[in-house]
Amino acid sequence: MGIAGEQKQQMGRASTFIYEWNFKNPFFFSSNEVLICRNYKGDVDMSEIDHFLPLLTQQEEEGLTCPVISHGNVHFMWIKHSNLYLVATTNKNSNASLVYSFLYKLVEVFTEYFKELEEESIQDNFVVVYELLDELMDFGFPQTTDSKILQEYITQEGNKLEVAKTKVPTTVTNAVSWRSEGIKYKKNEVFIDVIESINVLVNANGNVMSSDIVGSIKLKTMLSGMPELRLGLNDRVLFALTGRDKGKTVAMEDVKFHQCVRLSRFESDRTISFIPPDGESELMSYRINTHVKPLIWIESVIEKFSHSRVEIMVKAKGQFKKQSVANNVEVRVPVPSDADSPKFKTSTGHAKYVPEKNLVVWTIKSFPGGKEFLMRAHFGLPSVENDEAEGKPPITVKFEIPYFTVSGIQVRYMKIIEKSGYQALPWVRYITQSGDYQLRTNT
Amino acid sequence: ETNKLYCTSVKCCIFELKAELNSDKKEKKKEAVKKVIASMTVGKDVSALFPDVVNCMQTDNLELKKLVYLYLMNYAKSQPDMAIMAVNTFVKDCEDPNPLIRALAVRTMGCIRVDKITEYLCEPLRKCLKDEDPYVRKTAAVCVAKLHDINAQLVEDQGFLDTLKDLISDSNPMVVANAVAALSEISESHPNCNLLDLNPQSINKLLTALNECTEWGQIFILDCLANYTPRDDRESQSICERVTPRLSHANSAVVLSAVKVLMKFMEMLPKDLDYYGTLLKKLAPPLVTLLSAEPELQYVALRNINLIVQKRPEILKHEMKVFFVKYNDPIYVKLEKLDIMIRLASQANIAQVLAELKEYATEVDVDFVRKAVRAIGRCAIKVEQSAERCVSTLLDLIQTKVNYVVQEAIVVIKDIFRKYPNKYESVIATLCENLDSLDEPEARAAMIWIVGEYAERIDNADELLESFLEGFHDESTQVTTQQNTQVLHKHTQNTPDSDNPDLRDRGYIYWRLLSTDPVAAKEVVLAEKPLISEETDLIEPTLLEELICHIGSLASVYHKPPNAFVEGSRGVQHKRLPARTASGESAESPDAGQSVGGVSDAPPAVIPSQGDLLGDLLNLDLAPPSASVPVVPASMQMGVDLLGGGLDSLIAVGLAGGTGGMPAGLGGTPAMGGGLGDLFDLGGGVGMATGSYVPPKAVWLPAMKAKGLEISGTFARRGGGIHMDLSLTNNAMSIMTDFAIQFNRNSFGLAPAGPLQVLTPLAQNQTIDVSLPLNTNGPIMKMEPLNNLQVAVKNNIDVFYFSCQYPISLLFVEDGKMDRQVFLATWKDIPSENETQYQIKDFHLNSDAASTKLQGSNVFTVAKRTVDAQDLLYQSIKLTNGIWALAELRIQSITPNYMTRLRTRASLSLSASLWVQFAMLYDCGFLEGLDHFVVFP
Repeated sequence: MGIAGEQKQQMGRASTFIYEWNFKNPFFFSSNEVLICRNYKGDVDMSEIDHFLPLLTQQEEEGLTCPVISHGNVHFMWIKHSNLYLVATTNKNSNASLVYSFLYKLVEVFTEYFKELEEESIQDNFVVVYELLDELMDFGFPQTTDSKILQEYITQEGNKLEVAKTKVPTTVTNAVSWRSEGIKYKKNEVFIDVIESINVLVNANGNVMSSDIVGSIKLKTMLSGMPELRLGLNDRVLFALTGRDKGKTVAMEDVKFHQCVRLSRFESDRTISFIPPDGESELMSYRINTHVKPLIWIESVIEKFSHSRVEIMVKAKGQFKKQSVANNVEVRVPVPSDADSPKFKTSTGHAKYVPEKNLVVWTIKSFPGGKEFLMRAHFGLPSVENDEAEGKPPITVKFEIPYFTVSGIQVRYMKIIEKSGYQALPWVRYITQSGDYQLRTNT
Repeated sequence: ETNKLYCTSVKCCIFELKAELNSDKKEKKKEAVKKVIASMTVGKDVSALFPDVVNCMQTDNLELKKLVYLYLMNYAKSQPDMAIMAVNTFVKDCEDPNPLIRALAVRTMGCIRVDKITEYLCEPLRKCLKDEDPYVRKTAAVCVAKLHDINAQLVEDQGFLDTLKDLISDSNPMVVANAVAALSEISESHPNCNLLDLNPQSINKLLTALNECTEWGQIFILDCLANYTPRDDRESQSICERVTPRLSHANSAVVLSAVKVLMKFMEMLPKDLDYYGTLLKKLAPPLVTLLSAEPELQYVALRNINLIVQKRPEILKHEMKVFFVKYNDPIYVKLEKLDIMIRLASQANIAQVLAELKEYATEVDVDFVRKAVRAIGRCAIKVEQSAERCVSTLLDLIQTKVNYVVQEAIVVIKDIFRKYPNKYESVIATLCENLDSLDEPEARAAMIWIVGEYAERIDNADELLESFLEGFHDESTQVTTQQNTQVLHKHTQNTPDSDNPDLRDRGYIYWRLLSTDPVAAKEVVLAEKPLISEETDLIEPTLLEELICHIGSLASVYHKPPNAFVEGSRGVQHKRLPARTASGESAESPDAGQSVGGVSDAPPAVIPSQGDLLGDLLNLDLAPPSASVPVVPASMQMGVDLLGGGLDSLIAVGLAGGTGGMPAGLGGTPAMGGGLGDLFDLGGGVGMATGSYVPPKAVWLPAMKAKGLEISGTFARRGGGIHMDLSLTNNAMSIMTDFAIQFNRNSFGLAPAGPLQVLTPLAQNQTIDVSLPLNTNGPIMKMEPLNNLQVAVKNNIDVFYFSCQYPISLLFVEDGKMDRQVFLATWKDIPSENETQYQIKDFHLNSDAASTKLQGSNVFTVAKRTVDAQDLLYQSIKLTNGIWALAELRIQSITPNYMTRLRTRASLSLSASLWVQFAMLYDCGFLEGLDHFVVFP
């Protein structure tokens, strides 16, 4: 498998190739389009990548892109990150989900190393990039991909850290491959963030077609040594198992854990026990299928008078407790691409036209529960209409409601045990936010 | 600063770099190596610096060492002699006190694909496999797989495979994971030796390591587990129980690999077992969660869910909503979701589904909209209660007057009419209003069908059909066929004289047929109504089973078996789901008692189209009696009976044919005697009944292009061996000596088996005939055309290059006769997209003669049967590389035409080009007067 990052602007250049007669290696290509590449197995000719971009461009023109592109018996699996393409090539029946997971892992590692993954950061750090590519994968098998651990022995300032680099951190091959030994903090603390995102799809008649909650529990661990942690939630299955029945419980449809969590333990008695990675990490995520009332309800009337104007009326209603407040609410209403001369009127907040996205963005900094607000917009339309058919983008909403989870999930306890016996403090924060929050319109 | 380095280094010349590399100052050296690597990265050829860079190898500086190693990996192959210089350093580095350096050395060693070097690396590798540091051991484990890829024999001789097997019991989980990955990789190219040797003990070890290793290691182990077949349902259950916790892993790839193991092992569990139900329930949530992953991972998940829904519809039957399309989904996600929506559509959810589909049908993305309209039609056919609703939704869409929506709607309404005859004809008037806007062949064909079918209810059917006939000559075959059929159709129904001369003329031929043999005509035309299957694109059961075993892999994304797109995967067994071994289970009662609402309880059945005689035959014979026999309309029934008899005759004839390789002349019917003789004459001495086809010698290298040397030649298969028969002629003024020959890589690895034997110098104007034996052990590269061979011939004067083409029959091996049962199973197993059909025209040879003739070229007739004055020959061919091709040859005794269908497991493009070659084979010597062949879509 080979990995190639490519940059689109450079792609127009025609590749030069040199042909030589050679019985072992009949073709030599050299091109200067690929930003960096690593041939892990040597079974795919590196020049095959030359076919990738033309094929992708062709697919784009036909409007039918696909994450797998094949050319002969070579298969390209690609993802795009800002203006870079990360492409894996193979001629075997590779594990496709592994490949994409790995490509996204690459992005994650590079981003943590260089802050931004872009053409310049690759060029500036090509030596480290090569080192990382070497460490992340061997002969097509992903190896160590934890960037915190990698940073212990692959550093950007090669010269300075000669001493540190003479040892492989034992963590790399340990069963606990995500946390190094000997971490020390003066004050031992864990910060727990419980973040719930609401996904809603509402059709044009105002019926909720689908809705779910995707929750995420994030940790910021500042604990010394190798602490054993146990997290207690008001999990319905756990309560049923232990015969407890007091208080509100939450039924999690599906749960996903960071690799530090002992999965078989959870499977057998629903205990969430783990040795946490140091610093920030996502401990778990869960999905809840219960029907949620959309927290911010939108009613809209969009009237389009051909060749003359568009009139938009949007009503937003906070369908959550009066004590709570939604912050940074943004209601994004689509408008035709040829609309002009916007006029707005809002009962609160302010509306702004974003022509490059064909949107009106109505922002309300603070939106108390139970309240209702109104926004009107008026646009002119040219007398000569745009021929191109336009899609029907939905209205989308963004918001954040702190100190509150829709599902009612609660952290009941976080037990922290370390052999040195220190006392540690867990801190918990709750927040609910919009996820994929779409309301279809009639026009 | 480095950025500047990166950009300017391209301009930096080799000479300057050379000087810097040989500098005494460490820093300068390092910077120079960096520049070299930077140049390499941007594609500049810096191989000229090889010795200078290798000189920098012996350094304590780890960063510099890594860079030099990187350089080595890139250029060692092109400088094998110089690469030897690096060996000493590798050996030394493998004993360095720093494990990072030991590992780096062993990792890099394996990437240097130079034969000469590999031998020297065995000892260091052996040490590293036993290293005290697990980081070195895990790296060494992978190195074994690398080495095996370069020189498999060496790895086996050195006993590395055993060491690797021992590493499965290593105390370190990462070492175990890499050992598993390496062994799995090696066993892929060695399907015969039981490398992994999975048994309950080793499985237990793997399951323990599963809890401890990294996410990637878990994937290696799960993928390896999926190849194991538990002894009984109990073992199967206990493995499942230990794998299910992986469904909660944050990495989608771990989840999908776990799903694969579970889907496979579940097959062994009795359905009345409580655990079976529990497991089914456990699978749905993680599959749904995969849809929150990144779009590319969603795509892989959706392609796999598509398979899972076909295999076990009960798992996701309540999860319709999660497949609703979102506006910002990428197009590939949208299309896949739509596909799954259709599969999950049931009476319980149809209202919601239809509302959604209608919404999608008003989007702007043409492909998506078309598919949505089609989906509405599929719903109507799948859920009878919804048909009316679907029809009215479609009519609403037709009212939008969006051209492609209208055409698509008409196509699906035709299908609905076919499924529910005489029910919705009230909408015909609306359809007829849109006649003018139909410009796509499929839509026109559909409309013609509708008009013809309901001719008696449409007052002006004649006029309407006539309006289509105006463009008769411009129409595609699809429409034309439909037209003729329908015009005739109308006649068989009404039989009145048409006042319209045009129409009368067009239908005249059919009319004649009608009057001479009305029964036959009715059969031909009316029976042609293709049947509608409940679902689209259903994957045939055997392929589906195989794909389930490949969940998560490219095969599951393409919905194709791996050997359809991976070249050189010869001899690889098809993966199969394990058979149920539970005792006391009542014989196959598919899903009985699971029919509570929702998805149809019986597995959806594909109703084969009538043309697929063999397909029917196989269904009747090999498939276990299924509880869900598709409803077969009357017109179909007759065909089935016919085939019932056909099966017997296939086997009977096959048995008779199996005993004798007797020449056709003896057994053949004398009726065609004359034609037969002609053909043998035509063969021109080469085509004896038992000999293989040899094309006449052709000039490959004209003298003017080769300084006087002229080469002509041909290829022949003799006594099981391949020969290149050459004539070398010296047209130059001096004698020629020192002949040698080499081939470039080619599609089938053809290579000279020995040197070119020109013992005496070739004098002026002398011609010498040489026969060069060939083997197929050479390097492989796909050529265009497939049978192209590039050759270099050297003599004392110069080296000359030419290319020639060999007949594909050269590669047909003598043991290419497939067992009849295997043939039947294999034919069925090969997806129909791997099939190519050809018509060979004007061919006057009876089936027995053709059979013998073809056998001479190792095209073996496995079975023969006769149906409706057609002889059907089933033939098998095996190529030197192990690829099998199966063919069905239909010979009509009335018309001198041959219809052939060819199936091969090789990739589609390969099979197509193979078949072109195959057809050319006929063209060259077997069939007289063949001037073209017709490809059927």
